[in-house]
Order: sequence, then structure tokens, then C-alpha cells
Amino acid sequence: MTAITFLKAFLVGGGICLAGQIIINFTHLTNGKILVLFLVIGAILEGFGIYGKLIDFAGAGASVPICGFGSALVRGAVDAAKEEGAYGALKGGLAACATGVSVAIVSGYAVSVFFRPKTKKK
Amino acid sequence: MQNEPITQSNYKQYVFEKMPKSAHWKNMFWAFVVGGTICTIGQGFIELYKLWFSQQDASVLASATLVALAALLTGVGVYDRIGRFAGAGSTIPITGFSNAVVSPALEFRSEGYVYGVGAKMFQVAGPVIVNGVTISVIVALITLIMNAI
Repeated sequence: MTAITFLKAFLVGGGICLAGQIIINFTHLTNGKILVLFLVIGAILEGFGIYGKLIDFAGAGASVPICGFGSALVRGAVDAAKEEGAYGALKGGLAACATGVSVAIVSGYAVSVFFRPKTKKK
Repeated sequence: MQNEPITQSNYKQYVFEKMPKSAHWKNMFWAFVVGGTICTIGQGFIELYKLWFSQQDASVLASATLVALAALLTGVGVYDRIGRFAGAGSTIPITGFSNAVVSPALEFRSEGYVYGVGAKMFQVAGPVIVNGVTISVIVALITLIMNAI
């Protein structure tokens, strides 16, 4: 753990978000479409074995952006497929992302119970 | 654009044309800084969790922690305030996924826990998971076939 680890995370993570902002500025894609676009990019790059190398290099800078989610899905499915064949291909993807999705669902539910939507200031 | 009625489809184009050019640079700057900062905080959690877990598990847990924190920040209304100037910097990190799950859940609670919270939660998260899972299965099957050949 050195300062350079954090610097790499900042630069690569920031760079991915900057690329997203440039795409938004020029194409006016909605947030949902941007999320899906970057997820698919991450998934495809992982399919070619590239994204895993970026994660080795930048750590959270590559795993925290949504492309990291796509790459984790693909890596999980491919790794499980190598061990268990077609059964693993169906099982591995969601299994690898189960933690993140479950936390999002449970905390979403909890927040909707304990908080009120903020009234929009006009 | 003068007398043309503003419809949903040309509204964004209208805003884009009216937006001062400097706003683009400002958007890009804040997207970079906020996105980078969120990832750096994630790296901090990875280093912390590595004390007890493997590198891979630490990375998963760090993302899960960011998801939970972003859910809380969405609940108190802070995340949307960050999103207003950070743009993609707050959308693309996993915290943006969390915000996309929590914010409709919060907003549609008045429609009940089944069709309100339960259904609207996946307005944005649904497409993300559907596309992600489909691609992961396809890539894994291709890998299997390639290995068999």
C-alpha cells in the first residue's frame, strides 16, 4: 500500500468517468444508457482478457466504475464455465456479483422505509 | 428553435445549444475529480479489507461498502446534490448504480412496497443486470466452445 496505488486508482477511475462525461456532452445519452454502455464495454474487454489487466494495474480505479461490474460478471461466468461447463456458465456471472446486487437491494429497501423523498426545491 | 414547441425529444438539444461552452469543460473537470475521488475511497476500503480477506474478496467488499454508503447518501439527499455538478463522475462508479436503485425506491414508496418500491427499484438496475448477465453467459459459452475446439 503506497501513495502510488491511490494515485493510479484516482487517475484511471477519474479517466473512465471523464470519458463518460465526454460521451454525455456530445450524445446526450441518459444515465441508464450510459450505465449499460459502460457495463457492456467492461464485459467485452474482460472477454478479451484486457479489463482484468487494467484491474491489476489500477485496483479500485477499474473495479469501482460500472465497467468493473460488467467485467466481474464475465470473469465469474468464464471461470465457473472452465470448472463446470455450461452449468457454470449460467451460474458464475450472477454469483460473482451477488454481493453488490444484494447490498444494493437491501439498502434500497431500508432507505425507502427509513427516509422520505426530499421535496424538490423550486 | 425560436417558435418551435419544445418537445421531450428536442429539449436536450435545446439545453445543449443554450449551455455556455465553458460548462462542458466544467462538467468534464468535475466528472474526473469526483469519479477519481470515489475510486480512491474504494481503494482505501480495499486496502482496509485486505487485512482480513483475499485481494478478490476485498475488492468485492469495497464495492459493496460504496454501494451501501451511496444508498445512505441518496436517502439523506446528498448524492443527488453531488450528481448535479459531477455528472458522469457520480453516475459511472458503482455508487451511481446504487443511486439508480435507491432513488426510485424512495420516490415510489407511496405506491406501496410491491409495485412501488419492489418494481421501480429495477427501472435502471434492471437493464444493467439483464444486459450484463446475457453478455456473461454468451462470453462464457464462447470460451467453452473455443476451448473444446
